[in-house]
Amino acid sequence: MSDETFRLLVNGAEVTVEADRDTPLLYALRNQLGLKGTRFGCGLGLCGSCNVLVDGRVVHSCDTPLWSVDGKAVRTVEGLGDSPLQRAMIDEQAAQCGYCVSGVVMTATALLARNSCPSECEVREALDGNLCRCGAHNRMVRAVLQASQIEAAQ
Amino acid sequence: MIPRNLAANPRLSHWVSVRPDGTVDVRCGKVELGQGILTALAQIAADELDVAYDRIRMVPATTDSSPDEGLTAGSRSIEDSGAALRQVGAEVRAVFLAAAAKVLDSSELSVVDGLINDTVSYWDLLDDVDLDVEATGAVEPKPVAERKVMGTSPGRLDIPDKVYGRARFIHDLSLPGMLYGRAVRPPSRGATLVSLDTSKAAELDGVVEIVRDGDFLGVIADREETAVRAAGLLRCEWAERDSLPDVDAMPEFLMSRRTEDVTIVDESTSDDAVTTVAATYSRPYLSHASMAPSCGVARWDGDKLELWTHSQGLHPLRLDICRSLGVAIDQVTLHHVEGAGAYGHNGADDAAFDAVLLARAVNGRPVQVVWSRADELGWAPFGAAMAVHIEADLDAVGEVVAWRHDLYSNGHVSRPGFFAAPALLGSQLRTGTPPPVSMDPPFANGGGSERNSVPLYTFPGQRITKHRLLEMPLRTSSLRALGAYANVFAIESFVDELAFRAGVDPVRYRLRHLSDERARAVITAAADAAGWSRRGEGWGFAFARYSHHGAYCAVVAEVEAETSVRVKRLTLAVDAGAVVSPDGLRNQVEGGAIQSTSWTVKEQVRFDRSRVTSTDWESYPILRFSEVPEVEVVIVDRPDRPSLGAGETAQGPTAAAIANALHSALDVRVRDLPLTPAAIIAAL
Ligand code: FES
Ligand code: FES
Repeated sequence: MSDETFRLLVNGAEVTVEADRDTPLLYALRNQLGLKGTRFGCGLGLCGSCNVLVDGRVVHSCDTPLWSVDGKAVRTVEGLGDSPLQRAMIDEQAAQCGYCVSGVVMTATALLARNSCPSECEVREALDGNLCRCGAHNRMVRAVLQASQIEAAQ
Repeated sequence: MIPRNLAANPRLSHWVSVRPDGTVDVRCGKVELGQGILTALAQIAADELDVAYDRIRMVPATTDSSPDEGLTAGSRSIEDSGAALRQVGAEVRAVFLAAAAKVLDSSELSVVDGLINDTVSYWDLLDDVDLDVEATGAVEPKPVAERKVMGTSPGRLDIPDKVYGRARFIHDLSLPGMLYGRAVRPPSRGATLVSLDTSKAAELDGVVEIVRDGDFLGVIADREETAVRAAGLLRCEWAERDSLPDVDAMPEFLMSRRTEDVTIVDESTSDDAVTTVAATYSRPYLSHASMAPSCGVARWDGDKLELWTHSQGLHPLRLDICRSLGVAIDQVTLHHVEGAGAYGHNGADDAAFDAVLLARAVNGRPVQVVWSRADELGWAPFGAAMAVHIEADLDAVGEVVAWRHDLYSNGHVSRPGFFAAPALLGSQLRTGTPPPVSMDPPFANGGGSERNSVPLYTFPGQRITKHRLLEMPLRTSSLRALGAYANVFAIESFVDELAFRAGVDPVRYRLRHLSDERARAVITAAADAAGWSRRGEGWGFAFARYSHHGAYCAVVAEVEAETSVRVKRLTLAVDAGAVVSPDGLRNQVEGGAIQSTSWTVKEQVRFDRSRVTSTDWESYPILRFSEVPEVEVVIVDRPDRPSLGAGETAQGPTAAAIANALHSALDVRVRDLPLTPAAIIAAL
């Protein structure tokens, strides 16, 4: 493993990361940049816990190597400010352990960006790659729908 | 009266300290597992102390300063810790009032948010009170009508951090100088290490140590990605052997082993039965399958050990670590840090011990261990596979005159701290010792495999026998609801079969055989809320009171089924006594019902004769968003009754309601879980 330098735009700020080119973006975010909000769940692209946005598209940061995001814009849960979706998640108390929440929020953020008024069915479909073991699904779906209504009203 | 957990930790100062800035620290031995317990306990404390809810700070448990309340398990936290904190709150309030009486020279005192007679506050009186005294039991907690915070649903204390992605989980800890460790497991149970070549891993830049201690293997590196890669580069040759049963013939396996047999109830008498009906039900091994792989962080300083863990029981874990390593209790401090939902005894304790073993190699530096997904699904303890055989003798008019229930299972507890043999995975690997065969908690405490084996129905001539296996092919330990899931699934399926046989509506059949008024009330509430009287095909009903002491729960399931079953809607009614937080209760019951749906229609730990093979989310699928049913929870509030634990109450009835709904849809009984397309086709 030998370090190279990568330049990323993370939550609007330019950062450099020195790491092996195959390092998963997830570890660079969590351990080098201290952005612990993106969670590790499986490392295999199968659970969505680690979802972030790269140039606006949802990716699994656990199996996204650093070399592939060099020069790109990465958005993590910490970069959402205090979005209507996050407020709706709190309003709906849409979590139990909350471990899956960051990934769900990122996936749903991308959904709302491309479809500001999704149906319940579309929300569920969009979130199908995000696993939740606690059974907080319906609350999260309600939160996404609530956020879309708030954004529509604005 | 002094509640049990307070009697064990009688000093008030152990539980509560009031700070000069007007905040109140509350310490308890229970830990947050995503069930919202700390929020509920904060509500109880605020009520009794007469301070605003947002003044309360719940201090995470540590072995240093928190009361020892044993395990956070069995849906007992509200009953036990809640009762203790209620009494503590009342006594602390009385101590402050006594001090105020002197200062104000008055005996007419009232408190609003810690302010007494609008004049002097608790935090003004800190020099005049001593909380370092024992509880007396002489102060009565408030009557129900005077509780203000209880019964409301304040937002959970932990949810904002989780929604904003703040560092809150144990995985997010980042201690100065922290290194990253990974343990490397054998491919199968009982495999022994024949040879090890560490050269490839050792060549990697950033690898700090490679640890071998018996068959316990691990790597430590300065970066997480390096640790992951180094773990994969260890060249291990293992001698494996076949040790596992046939995954597709588990009921037969369970019912043919050497067992310890315990009679739970025997009221059998001679009767005038004319027929006997019988059926056998089963559930497979289930995985806790937390969203976060287990994690532990440990640091040795000389012979002192500090450990951060998401264990459900700090003190028992500490005891096991000390026994395993021959260190004294006072050398070891444990801190609880939240993990993801655990739903029982998962890999948390084992991961903690992995960190302890690895950190020994780098004295002075903390090491964080995170398990891989494959190890989490493959090596954490499983919920035990179970088979339940029920027989009912019927008289000439079809009434039950005798009821026999035989259950076959491994025990449901192999937690650390309760066995002489090493209960921690790392300890088993380093000493080459098999895990202790799991046990069950005493029936008086709800039991383990026999939990909920005694039906609440008024059937005469009950004989309930448990057959606990004396061998253990796969390590089993507590999974949410323990034996209650399979026992209730079996009982409630069988009752449904009896109702059909008798040609009686399943709800009416249950009511006819229940005298417990609260049971009858939740059954009626669920049936009404779901619209049972207007039901079509694909509807199923089930009921249980969790663990004889916990919440009552009735479930109506609506499914669509052809060759697979899709659960469309669940309606649950719950009586959990006096409700601390209605939304907290709803959240727990909703989540329990959805998780149980997942277990019931999808989940099964798979293995060949030597290896567990369901080690990722494709081979161990769980319910996805698009498959999750609509869930409605109706609360039957009993403000005048003690609060009852409700975190596990939905598991069993949900399973049976779905299976009964499947029967209603397709006219087939699938008695072996999960209700997969293969199982349904086989039953058709
Ligand atoms: S951790 Fe990335 S998808 Fe599971
Ligand atoms: S809230 Fe626990 S995994 Fe989703």
